[in-house]
Amino acid sequence: MRVLAAMSGGVDSAVAAARIAEAGHEVTGVHLALSANPQSYRTGARGCCTIEDSRDARRAADVIGIPFYIWDMAERFHRDVVEDFVSEYAAGRTPNPCLRCNEKIKFAAVLDRALALGFDAVATGHHARITDGVLYRSPDQGKDQSYVLGVLTREQLSHAIFPLGDSTKAEVRAEAARRGLTVADKPDSHDICFIADGDTRAFLADRLGGSEGPIVDALTGQVVGTHPGAYGYTIGQRKGLNLTRPASDGRPRYVLSIEPVSNTVTVGPRTSLQVTEITATRPIWNGPVAPPEASLTCEVQLRAHGEVYPCQARLAGPDLLIQLGAPAVGVAPGQAAVLYRDDMVIGSATIAAAR
Amino acid sequence: MGTAYLDHAATTPMLPEAIDAMVAELSRVGNASSLHAAGRRTRRVVEESRETIACALGARPSEVVFTSGGTEADNLAVKGLFWARRRPRILISAVEHHAALDPAYWLADNQGAVVEKLPVDAGGRVLPETLRAAIAAGPDDVALVSVMWANNEVGTVQPVAELVAIAHEHGIPFHTDAVQAVAQLPINFADSGVDAMTVSGHKVGGPMGVGALLLARGIDPVPVLHGGGQERDVRSGTLDAPAIAGFATAVQTAVDRRPEHAARLAALRDTLVDRVRQAVPDVILNGDPEDRLPGNAHFSFPGCEGDALLMLLDAKGVECSTGSACSAGVAQPSHVLLAMGQNPVQARGSLRFTLGHTSTEADVDRLTDVIAVVVERARRAGIS
Repeated sequence: MRVLAAMSGGVDSAVAAARIAEAGHEVTGVHLALSANPQSYRTGARGCCTIEDSRDARRAADVIGIPFYIWDMAERFHRDVVEDFVSEYAAGRTPNPCLRCNEKIKFAAVLDRALALGFDAVATGHHARITDGVLYRSPDQGKDQSYVLGVLTREQLSHAIFPLGDSTKAEVRAEAARRGLTVADKPDSHDICFIADGDTRAFLADRLGGSEGPIVDALTGQVVGTHPGAYGYTIGQRKGLNLTRPASDGRPRYVLSIEPVSNTVTVGPRTSLQVTEITATRPIWNGPVAPPEASLTCEVQLRAHGEVYPCQARLAGPDLLIQLGAPAVGVAPGQAAVLYRDDMVIGSATIAAAR
Repeated sequence: MGTAYLDHAATTPMLPEAIDAMVAELSRVGNASSLHAAGRRTRRVVEESRETIACALGARPSEVVFTSGGTEADNLAVKGLFWARRRPRILISAVEHHAALDPAYWLADNQGAVVEKLPVDAGGRVLPETLRAAIAAGPDDVALVSVMWANNEVGTVQPVAELVAIAHEHGIPFHTDAVQAVAQLPINFADSGVDAMTVSGHKVGGPMGVGALLLARGIDPVPVLHGGGQERDVRSGTLDAPAIAGFATAVQTAVDRRPEHAARLAALRDTLVDRVRQAVPDVILNGDPEDRLPGNAHFSFPGCEGDALLMLLDAKGVECSTGSACSAGVAQPSHVLLAMGQNPVQARGSLRFTLGHTSTEADVDRLTDVIAVVVERARRAGIS
C-alpha cells in the first residue's frame, strides 16, 4: 500500500510511521503546518505546530528513511477547527478541537488530498485500534484516543491506519529509543495546540471581546455575580466563578448552563448538574450495528477521558436520544457522545441538550 | 535505479578536478595568515586561487574577497555599501534572491533604509528606463543599486551592462548577484562595469561554504564580519584554503568549458521544454523565452499545486524544485513570479528544472516519461 504517515514531530507519530514502513508499505511522511505564523520553539508540553516540531518530524522521517514533506493546512485548520472552536464557545457550547481536527483535517482534507495523489491510506500515531474497519479502544487506558476518533465515518476509518493500536505509551517510547528516534523522550503534548500559552479564556476574550453579564442562581433566580463573558465557562465548572453572594443552601455552585443570547451563566448545586437523558444531533454509525430505531443497549462516553455510562440509545427523527443508566454530571453541549460496546466504538453524535 | 537530478540551480555536483584540488589541500596544515613555512605554503594556495578566479572572471586578484558563500557576499554588498555610503535609498530588483532582498529589508526595518523594489516586466527583466526613473527621483540619496545577473528561479538574464551605465551616470555603485550566471554565461567583471559581484562555489562545481564578493577598486563596503581583517579589511575570518582551492579549480574549469557546456545545456533544455509542452499542452513556460540561463526551464502547471507535483515526481525519481522560498517549510507563492505579474494560484503551481554538467538526455527522458501522468494526478488533487 502507499501510505501517508502524518507526523506531528512527536514520538507517537514517529513510531507509527516507522512501524508501517517496516511492515513493507511505501510510506511518505507529511507534517501538517497548521499555523500561518508558527512559533519557533516549543514552550512546555503544548502544541505540535512549531518550526521545531516540524524539524523533529523531518529528522524522524530521515532516520526511518522515508520521504518527507510539509503540507500547508493552515487555512483549512483555521477555518474548520479554530473558527469552529471560537464560534462554538460563542454559542454557549464546549467544543473538542482535537476531535474536530480528526474529523475535518486529518481524515478529511488530508485524506482527500492523499487519496487524490494516489495514496491508499493515512496513518497516524493515535492510540486506538482498527479491526475489520471497526474502531476499538487502545489497551493503554490512560492514552486511549478512541473518543476523539469516534466521529469518523466508516469510509474515513476504512482509509485510516493506527499502527500503535496494540501498544502502550511506555512501549512506544521504548521502541522509539530502540529505533534511534530522538523524539523518544519528548514530552507528551496536551492542551489545545493552537492556544500557545494555554489560556483558553484569554484566547476567547481576544476573539469574542468581553461583554459582562449576570451569573444567576437556578434555585432562587437571584443574580449572584457577574462574568466577563459567558463563553469563558463550561458546564460543570466550579472554580473561578467569583460569586459575590453566598448560595441560599450554603453549598458550592456549578455552572449549569450558558445562554449566549442573554449573556447569562446559570449556576446551581451539584445535584442540578446530574442528567440522565441526552439529546444528541448528527449521529453517525461507524460500528457493526444498524442505526437503532428501537432502543440499543450500550455504553456512552461524554467527554475525552471521561467516565463511561451504561445507556439505552435510540434514534428520534434526525437526533439520538440517550437514556443513561446512571446520572452523569457536567455534560456539556458541543461535546461528543461516543457509543461503545465494551472496547468497540459503534457510533457517535454531538450533545445538544441534557436533562 | 538512480534518479534524474534536475535541480542543479540548487547545487550541482562537484567537478572531479575541484574535488582533487580540495582533497589535496585538506590533508595539509597551515593558516594563510601565519608567518612560518606552513602559513606561506597555504597562503600561496589561497593567492593562486584568487588569481585563478580573478583571471577567469575578468577581475584583478585584489578585487576578489573570499566569503563563506553567496549569502554572505550579498549581505556584505548590500549592508556594507549602505553603511559606507550613508544615503538612505536602496534600489533593488523585485526578483532578487532573498540573500540580497532580506538584508535590504532588514536595513529598512532597523536602520532607516528606504528600499525601493525595481519592478520587472512579464519576463522578469528590469527595464533600463525603470532604473532610470527610480534614480531620477533622488539620485543623491541612492546608496546602491542591486540587480542580479540572472535569476535563480526563472533564469531571466538582466541587461546588466545597460543598468550599470545608468547607475554610473550618477556615481552610484552597482551590485550584482552572479551566483547563477557564472559558468553559464560569459562574465567579465571589468567589462561589465559592475562594482560588486557575488559568486558562489557550489553552484559552479566547487564546494559548499565558500564564495566571493568581487569588489572593484575604490569600492569599500563597511564589514559585516569584524575580526582579523584577513580579506582587505572588508571581511574577517581564517580563510578556508581547501574550499578556496576547490572553488578556484571549479571556476576555472567551468569558465574554460563554458561555451560548449552552455550550448549543450541549451540544446538539452530546449528538448526538455518541447517534450514537456507536448505532454502537457497547457503548460506555461515562465521567464524570457530566449534570454535565459541555458540550463533553466521553469513552468507553471495550471490547476496543480507545485508541492504535489514535486512530491509525485520525487516518488518517480525526478528531483526538481518549486523554486519558491520556504518559511517553516510552507511554500509561499514565489515573489519572483508575483513580481512578474502571475496570480498567486498559478504561481504556486510552478516547478523549476535546472540542468548542469552531469545532465543527460536520459534525465530529460525520465521527466518527460512521467510528467503527463503526474500533472493529471496533481490536477485531480486540485488546489487546496
